[in-house]
Amino acid sequence: MPVTDVQKDLDSLTMTITAEFDAPAERLWQIWADPRQLERWWGPPSYPATFTDHDLTPGGRAAYFMTGPEGDQHHGWWKVEEVEPPTRLRFEDGFADSDGNPNPDLPTSVATVTLTESDGRTTMAIESRFASRDHMEQTIEMGGEQGIREALGQIDALLAS
Amino acid sequence: MVVGAKAAEERQTDLLFKALGDPTRRDILGRAHEGELSVSALARLYPVSLPAVQKHVATLERAGLVTKQRRGRETVVHAETEALQRAHAALDQLESAWRGRIERIDQILDPPENGDPKCQ
Repeated sequence: MPVTDVQKDLDSLTMTITAEFDAPAERLWQIWADPRQLERWWGPPSYPATFTDHDLTPGGRAAYFMTGPEGDQHHGWWKVEEVEPPTRLRFEDGFADSDGNPNPDLPTSVATVTLTESDGRTTMAIESRFASRDHMEQTIEMGGEQGIREALGQIDALLAS
Repeated sequence: MVVGAKAAEERQTDLLFKALGDPTRRDILGRAHEGELSVSALARLYPVSLPAVQKHVATLERAGLVTKQRRGRETVVHAETEALQRAHAALDQLESAWRGRIERIDQILDPPENGDPKCQ
């Protein structure tokens, strides 16, 4: 497993995960820049992604949908903010309706990818940040975290007794 | 972007229920909510060893229910607020989604050969 570090900042709602790969930065950049490679890993095996739009330029957009086991489709978009091949990519990631139009009522997050090559190996750091606390709360709700709610309810009951 | 959330949620739920599934840990959590406590003071309260108490605290910490802080020679335990617990759960969702992606990237860059020596 190439992951070398995970940091979470509860105040800024940021998670940073760092991984090391035995490949040059150019190769890692292709993983992001080539939509056919990107869709091999963006969604999990049970929800593979298909990118219908992929413009990695500042201000550019990407559009994708993920197809679930029942044939259900879940659309998403990127708004590209910064691109510096092969070292840096920053984009906002959100949900879209079935026509691919961004849904402003659903939460977004911003990912910053940094690639650093040394001796032919590349460290990839991904910082992922919820746009706001509201967006974070929405994300939890959409995860349908009933189990967590139940457990938190159990804590409330414990503390009240 | 919610993908992976399900697995993270289950993991987080497991951690929470595991943490709450023991009377000593429930008692530690209840006391931590009344005010901060040192691990050594906790160890004096229960008929178990200091390492056993440290393990209980670590289990509560993994579930995001308490945090530990070093203060001089003491380790002090704080209860997390619900807001922080929720932030913890949400960031766990992000971690889980990105761990999955990184694993898949690794497979693309370095595909296992026939017979999958990587798994041995």
